[in-house]
Formats: sequence, C-alpha cells, structure tokens
Amino acid sequence: MQSTSPAFKENARSALADQQLQKALQNVKSGFIGKRAKARARLPEFDDLRDAARDIKNHTLANLDFYLERYEEKVQASGGTVHWAVTAEDARAAILQICRDAEAKVVTKGKSMISEEIALNAHLEEAGLDVVETDLGEYIIQLRKEAPSHIIAPAVHLTKDQVEADFRHHHTDLPDERPLSEPTQLVAEARQMLRQRYLDADVGITGANFLVAETGTSIIVTNEGNGDLTQTLPKVHIVIASLEKVVPNLEDATTILRVLARSATGQEFSAYTTFSTGPRRPEDPDGPEQYHVILLDNGRSQMLGSEFEEMLRCIRCGACMNHCPVYHAVGGHAYGWVYPGPMGAVLTPSLIGVDEGGQLPNASTFCGRCEAVCPMRIPLPKMMRHWREREFERHLSPKAVRFGLGLWAFFARRPALYHRILGLKMRALARLGRARGRFDALPFAGGWTKYRDFPAPQGKTFQQLWAERQGAEKQNGGPGR
Amino acid sequence: MSEARKHILGAVRRSLKREQPTAEERRHLEARLADPQAGLIPARGRRPHGEQLDLMEEMLVELSATVARLPGEEAVPQAVSDYLKGENLPPKLRLAPRDDLRGLPWDSQPLLEVAEGIAEEPDSTSLTGAFAGIAETGTLMMASGPEAPITLNFLPENHIVVLRASQVVGAYEEAWTQLRRRFGAGVLPRAVNMITGPSRTGDIEQTIQLGAHGPRRLHVLLIEDGPGAAADETQTPAAGNGQAD
Ligand code: SF4
Repeated sequence: MQSTSPAFKENARSALADQQLQKALQNVKSGFIGKRAKARARLPEFDDLRDAARDIKNHTLANLDFYLERYEEKVQASGGTVHWAVTAEDARAAILQICRDAEAKVVTKGKSMISEEIALNAHLEEAGLDVVETDLGEYIIQLRKEAPSHIIAPAVHLTKDQVEADFRHHHTDLPDERPLSEPTQLVAEARQMLRQRYLDADVGITGANFLVAETGTSIIVTNEGNGDLTQTLPKVHIVIASLEKVVPNLEDATTILRVLARSATGQEFSAYTTFSTGPRRPEDPDGPEQYHVILLDNGRSQMLGSEFEEMLRCIRCGACMNHCPVYHAVGGHAYGWVYPGPMGAVLTPSLIGVDEGGQLPNASTFCGRCEAVCPMRIPLPKMMRHWREREFERHLSPKAVRFGLGLWAFFARRPALYHRILGLKMRALARLGRARGRFDALPFAGGWTKYRDFPAPQGKTFQQLWAERQGAEKQNGGPGR
Repeated sequence: MSEARKHILGAVRRSLKREQPTAEERRHLEARLADPQAGLIPARGRRPHGEQLDLMEEMLVELSATVARLPGEEAVPQAVSDYLKGENLPPKLRLAPRDDLRGLPWDSQPLLEVAEGIAEEPDSTSLTGAFAGIAETGTLMMASGPEAPITLNFLPENHIVVLRASQVVGAYEEAWTQLRRRFGAGVLPRAVNMITGPSRTGDIEQTIQLGAHGPRRLHVLLIEDGPGAAADETQTPAAGNGQAD
C-alpha cells in the first residue's frame, strides 16, 4: 500500500471536515472505551495480568532466535511448512507461488493486518486470482476499494447508510426493493453473499495473533467465524504472521489472551479463539490438506535491541487508538498507511522509514492515555518522542515547526518582552471579542478556530492573574492554612 | 528459503548481540518449554466444581447462548426436538460421528431427521460433543478429529453441544493439561476451537449482531453426570473408556 503518511496534516484537515466520518467516529468513543472499562472492572486481576503479559513477551523477545527455531521445528513435525520472508516482496512471492502450485482461482481471506502491510490483495489480483475478504468489515472496505481505518474494526469510519448504499450498488443480483436499512439486514446479506465463496475457495489465508513454539500452532482470535470457515474449507491454509507473534507455550498464550479481548472490544473472550496445528491428519474428515506459514520480518529484526523494541510486544488490540483524542478527531485513514493511532505512529516510521512515516509521531497530544490502557504496557508516548528527536536530528521537521520553536526560544529567553506583548495582544482581543465573548476566526490560529471558537480573553493573562493570586494569598497568610 | 531463514535469524542474533544462547540459557529455556507453568489464574477460575457449573451457565447465557440442564444423556433427543420446535427450526440434525451420540434413543423422535458426518450446505443444525467447558468465560473447547469434524462448529446456522458436567473446568490451563494428557506433550490436533458464544460482529456502527458467518444460535445441553473433571475421550482416535489418565 502506497503511504500518504507524509501528508498527515492535509489528511487530518479533510478528515475533520468530513461529516459522515465525524458521525461514524462517534461510535469509537461511545463504544470501545466504556466496554473496556467494564471488562477491566469485572476482573480484579486485570492489571496484574498486564504485567504478566508484558513479562512473557519480554522473555520471548530476548530469546527470539531460540523460539523461532523451535516453532519451525514443531510446525514441520505436525506436517506444515514455514516460509521465511525477509521483505514484503518475499512474502507476496511465496504466497503467490503456493497459490499457483495449488492451481488456485479463488482465494478467501480472514482479517490480517500483515496482509495489508504487504499489500497482498493487489499482488494476487494482478496475477489473476479472485481474492475475497470474508470479515464483514474487510468485505465492506474491499467493495469500496479502501484500506482499513482501524486495526480491529476496519470499517469503523463508515455509517450504516454508506454500507447500505455499497451493498445496493454491488449486490445487483438481489431485488432492488429489499429492506436493508438495519444492521441485522446488512449482516444477513453479507452472510448470504459470502457463503458460496467459502465453498468455492481453493486457498484460505488468515493472519495469526500468536504462534506457539511448544506446539507449532498459530492462533486466530475472531468473532464472526469467517476466519474458521476460511481456513477449514479450502484445501490449502496459508497463515501470514510476523516474527514477534511467537510465544513459548500454551499457558503463555493464555495469559495474554486474557487481556486481549478485554482490551480490544471489552469482551471477556472473543467468540472464536482457534488453535491451528498443521494440516488435517489422515484420519480427519475435514480441514485443509496443506498448512503453510509465512514468517515475515520486514524490519522487525532491526527493531529488536533498539529503542523501539518494546513496540514488538504489541498484540494489535486497538485500545491505544480507541482512547486517543487524535484518532477520535481524524480517524484512521489520515495516518496514511496500514497502522493508525498511537501504535501506528510508532510502528509506521519503523517499518516504512522516517521519510515516509516521520510526520505521525507528531500526531499526539502526549496525553498518555494510550500507555495507560495498553495491555502490554508499551510506553507509546516515550517512543513517539524518540521518533520526534530522530526526526529533528535529521532536519526533517517541517519549516514552520522550526520557525515556531525558534520564535518561542527567542521569547523564552526574554520573558519581560513576552509578557508585555502577550498582555497587549490579550487586551486587544478582549476589546474586540467583548460583544460575543468568543471568536470564530483569528489570524494565525485558523487551525484552532476552524473547529471551535476561541473564547475572548477576560482581559488579563494567566501570568498576571497568577501574580495577583499569589499576592492575595500572601496577604491572607498563604496557602495551606 | 533457507537463505531467508539464515538472513532473518542472523539479523535477530545481531540485534540480540549473541551467536546462540549459552548452554546455561538453553537449559533454562528447554526446561521452561518442557514443563509449562500456569501463570496468574483469576480467582473466578478457581472456584469449587459445583460453582463452576453455575458460572459456566451464567457466562453462556450472558453471551446469548442458551443452556438446558439434563439429568442424563438419554434425555438428549427429546431436548433437541423441543429446542428445534421452540426456535421454529427445521427438524433436521447433522450429528458428529461418535458412538455415544449415535447410540442415543433417536427413535423416540420419529419426526427428527438425523444424519452423520461433516457439515455441508445447507445443513441448518449440528449436534456435537466438546472436549471441555471452561467456566471462567463460558468457553467450549473442541478438539478436532475423526469424531469431531471442524465444520460442524462453524457452517450450520445452529449449533447444539452436549457437554457433560464432569467436563467443566474452571480455567483454560486445566484444559491444556488435559489436552497434553490426551495428545502428548507438544502435540495438538489440527484444530482446537475455543468457542465463546454464538458468532457475532460489531462491524456495522459497533452494534453487536449475532450470526455473522458462524452459528447464529448456540445451545448447550449440560448433562449432570456428577462431579470430577474428566476430559472427553471420544473426540480422538485413541478413544477409550471415558477416563483421562
Ligand atoms: S500498542 Fe498496546 S494498546 Fe495499542 S494496539 Fe498494541 S497492544 Fe494494543
């Protein structure tokens, strides 16, 4: 996928002006936050489990070479094959080769962010394959030829009216006059449309939430059941996973699973947690005949041992974006590549380079909510700061930022001058704004006033008020009495 | 392929600043793998067995599944008929190919059409066993094999599960221990499916809708066969006398 991350500012501007999007984004705020809080409150051990989950991943990453080798051995022992892929291109080539060997025509897919990362669909389609996304959200955005806007809710940027319009436009075999305004009807129609595709498919591709070294198992965590139909009905099952998904054993996976669904959707457990190990056995009546795992590096081995290593603990739950004021305001597409929100702001420059993704670490208010909710206790703000520093060192900071910082530095060294000028400006604003009590436009602050009014100052600056207050407290004998 | 493997493992080791784990480290890692230890198990998963049954039922109901408690397995055919009638579903059933299910008194339900095997379109309702029930989240664990086709769990719109009370455990970890006993250490069947309620999606404006692609209805027949957490032996080719060793 071609990134538009360098244009984050422009993307954000148009996102803020998009009323459909703003309406849809309300669902993020109203849904995810409360559900997670409730799930957390119900499990007294939740925060201790987060610590345990962090420790498991740290242990695994510190011994990643050992666990990857063991994982591969176990996959082979259960009749599967591991394909190591250094780059996205390697991964795409390996998958296409498996599809060709299987003489595949139709490929079904479960939801996989790695598949987005390596831009798999376009590659398979160019090779003449019929690629069908089966997760409802992914199916919708595939019809719209869009990228996901959220890592667990790919179509969260859309309203149901938009989905209805898309279904009417694409499902032309169905009667025009059918009722389709309710979510139930939309879900039923997608179910009906995809049923035959599952059965037609020659290859089913899924991602993996975890890989288990003990058993050579891949795990998917889903709610719809599409992933299971995708990986069970065709004769070939391909798993695409990145290196850092591996954990030592089933107990380790279990500990992390206990925080995953609760952090993501606020569910106690997702509807389907599926452990896949090798192809069907000779005596099995169903399941795929081949099981392949594409093990992708694509920059992860370089993150290991760097100041971004902790990002490799990420389990893609989406909690950080669900709680991010910037994500709430602009949605996922503004981030311009595959991974949005705070985790995307850290990961994107690591994976596609600071030239492409360097803008994203600025898309933060440093409010710290992402770190506070991250089940893997990833210090996201700290890592965004690392990127900002790197970016500044490389002189990639936008001119305006450098100019603004320079100006600020000038005044910071001359506080008296700063206060005099600010005082003048505030008094002037107070006079101008007295009539309405607010401004809906201000010179040099268009970014602020476009979406909210700037309250008219009440005549004094903060510093003046503070000085007065301090004086008053001294007269009254100071605070604390 | 082996070039990529060498490249990646080399890069990982450079980042870890080591050639190989030391002999000492390796011993530690092998020991950790050979003897998997349960992590922090929430108190909810450590209640006495009797309470686990209630918790299992409570969690299932909360998930929009339904539960019927039965005094014994012979009551299953009647319960299935009643359920299908009550939900206004066709009186047709695709049965998991297991002796115990096959041997139930289906003759008592002459209107019910019962067939065995993997699920196929347009099967509307399946009936399967389970490997275990996990009370902490109302989760059913299925272990695939000749007597437990995977498709029965996902393809039909309605899934009925026969779960014996003795199969209900508190926490996931107990189920792992039983799976290792059944299949051997470090070995799993093709699919272990943890099923927690019917299929659902929140992809349309974050409203929860049931029956996205998997079953719309999940109905559990809980057979009260007394205490004791014994795994279901009949789900594997090594099916024995119904006792975990
Ligand atoms: S960074 Fe943390 S909160 Fe964000 S997706 Fe990853 S694990 Fe979840």
